[in-house]
Order: sequence, then C-alpha cells, then structure tokens
Amino acid sequence: MHEWALAEAVVLTAEKVAKEQGLGAIQGITIKLGQLQQIEKNILKFAIREIIQHQRSLFKKAKIRFQNEKAVFKCRNCGRKWNFANAGKLNFKESEAIHFVPEVAHVFMSCPQCKSPDFEIIKGRGIWVDSIVGEKEGPDGSENKCH
Amino acid sequence: MDPRINVINKRLAGVKKIIAVSGGKGGIGKSTFSAVLALTLSKAGYKVGLMDLDFWGPSGHVLLGAQGISPVEDKGIVPPQINGVKFMSIIYYTEDKTLALRRAGFDQAAIELLAVTQWGALDYLIMDMPPGVGDVTLDVIRFMEKVKFCIITTHSKVVMETVKKTLNILKQLKIPIFGVVQNMKEKNLSVEMQIKRLHVPFWGKIDFDAELEGAIGDPKKLLETKFSKNVNKLIHKDSRNHI
Repeated sequence: MHEWALAEAVVLTAEKVAKEQGLGAIQGITIKLGQLQQIEKNILKFAIREIIQHQRSLFKKAKIRFQNEKAVFKCRNCGRKWNFANAGKLNFKESEAIHFVPEVAHVFMSCPQCKSPDFEIIKGRGIWVDSIVGEKEGPDGSENKCH
Repeated sequence: MDPRINVINKRLAGVKKIIAVSGGKGGIGKSTFSAVLALTLSKAGYKVGLMDLDFWGPSGHVLLGAQGISPVEDKGIVPPQINGVKFMSIIYYTEDKTLALRRAGFDQAAIELLAVTQWGALDYLIMDMPPGVGDVTLDVIRFMEKVKFCIITTHSKVVMETVKKTLNILKQLKIPIFGVVQNMKEKNLSVEMQIKRLHVPFWGKIDFDAELEGAIGDPKKLLETKFSKNVNKLIHKDSRNHI
C-alpha cells in the first residue's frame, strides 16, 4: 500500500490549505493522476477516505475527484514527442519500479526514435492536487466558497 | 500543488537527529563516512537509518554489501536493514543500472523517496548527499527542519576551496553545521586551523586507511577498520554536544 503514503500527503495538503485559507469545511479535492506512476485510483481513494474519517468536521462534505493525465515525453536529443502507449513494453518489475519512483523511467525507457534516455516527462508524471474547494466562514457566520 | 512536500516532515517525525553528510567534491569519502558512521552508531546501540541521496553515483549499497534485499510496502516503503542499519537507496528501483537524470528529475526522485519512506523511530538518520550544493541539498535544507550538516574534506587545496564555498552557502542559509571532518589525513597535514578560521566547528580527523578497500562490501569488516575506529572516536568526542 504505497498509495497510503501518497493519500496522507493529499490529506495533509488539504489540511494545510484549509488552515492557510481559513476554511471551516472542505467540499472537494481534485487530484490529478499522471499515467506514468500508475497509481491505483481505488486504493488511493480508499486510503484518503480512511484517513479523513478521523477529521470528520473538516472533511464531512468532501468529495474526492480524480483526473487522469496521459503521460507525454519529449526527447532532449532529437526532439521527438511520444506518449506512454508508444513507450515500448515494460515488464512487471520495471513497471513496479516506475510506480515507486517515476524518474527511473530513464533507466527502462528511451526515445523511440534515437534511443536516448535523456528525455523530458512533459506531463503525466505522478500525483498532483489540482484544487481544493472549501467553505470560508465570514465574520457574520456566512459561508463563502473558496478555491 | 505537489502534495508530497507536505508529508516529508511527518515521515521524519520519529527521527531524533538528521545528519546530512556533504562536501564540495566527489571522491572525498562522503559515502564511506556515511556508511561507517551509520554502522558505528548502530553498533553503539542506536537506531540508525542511512539514505543514499547521491543518485548519480549511489555507492552505499556497495559499501554495505546490500544484495538480494529490497524494501517492503507498508503504508509507504519500509527500508530493509543491514547490520541493524535501515538502508534506503534508489538502486532498489534501478536494478543497479545507470540512471541518466537531469537536475529536475533528480529533485523529483528525492522528493518521492523522502515522501514515501517510512523510517519509524530512529535516533539518527544519516543522509549521504551528492557533491556540492545542488537541488537535492537545497531541498533537504528546505524540507527537513531537524537537519544538521557534516562536511567532509581532505587537506587538498582543491577540495578545501570547494568546501569553503559549501560552508559559506550553509552559513548564509543559517543551516546548522554539525562539524567538518578531515578525511584521508596523512602525516601532519591538518586543515583544523583553516576550518576554525571560518568559524565552523571542526569535528575531527580520520587517518588515511590503506586497508579500507578490502573491507568494502562487508559491514563487519568495515567496523574493524582503522577508519571505523577513527569514526568511533569522533562519536565519543562529541557525545557531550551532539552525538
């Protein structure tokens, strides 16, 4: 359950934002999942739910949303762009290694054109908190939505 | 927002002291010192972790003879133990192959490992840093509240020049400097006075040990070297202040 560690990171981020922005309740967290890291969405969601149940007041109304982001690479040597589907076959061990540390893709993948391992992960690397939406309590007790 | 950054200090919550072993140049013994310091502290009864953050030239696994071991998954990654030292390295994920990584990728990989490694309760976490003050060093400074730096040098003028620069940056950033260690000391060539003139603590000296090479890869043999005996002296020298 490596996803558990990432779930904790998401929840701590939401708590930090809530504190900084004075949010009394979090209504939604949108998480972007990059294709390269192959994070198990359902395990991550389960772990987030398990962690936030101890913080009922802040996360009571929280909806967890996910967006998948396709991985795109660009070769620094020849300039060729390619996506994960064209990245060539990875065996289970290689996939697992990339799941834990996406940068080791530079060991197991290379540019389909010039075979250089010097490429850029343009997008779709791993986990990213895209937005946190919450309610801000006004001085008169009113509530305002806040991103 | 990158959520991983916010969890790093939680991962280190059970760690009492973090020592980042750094220096201005490669090949001055940072990794050897890190590994032997970790083994020596462990032998003295402390709970110790060692993290190899030198992704361009990881060598902690060679020093410790780490073969056929890997971390286990438990709400993150739990590092395996070698001679009582919890050891984390990127080599578990690279199959010990060359990792062609630019600085941005280096930084990302370091954040990933720091965010997911479950160290548990430790008295000491020793971080074997890459040479110089680059992205990873700056991240360690930024993300780790408890870190203190130990700088390795030799008597070489070239090395000392880079060490002075490293010390200046750390001082400018107001990062605690645990002390400077002179490695591979030969004859009476001491840099102690030069270091003291920089108003930085001089931790001590480690004599050149011609037998050290033969002990690499075997933690028990490493602990029997003159190098390890010197490290042990440093630990006890500073027991009243730091260690």
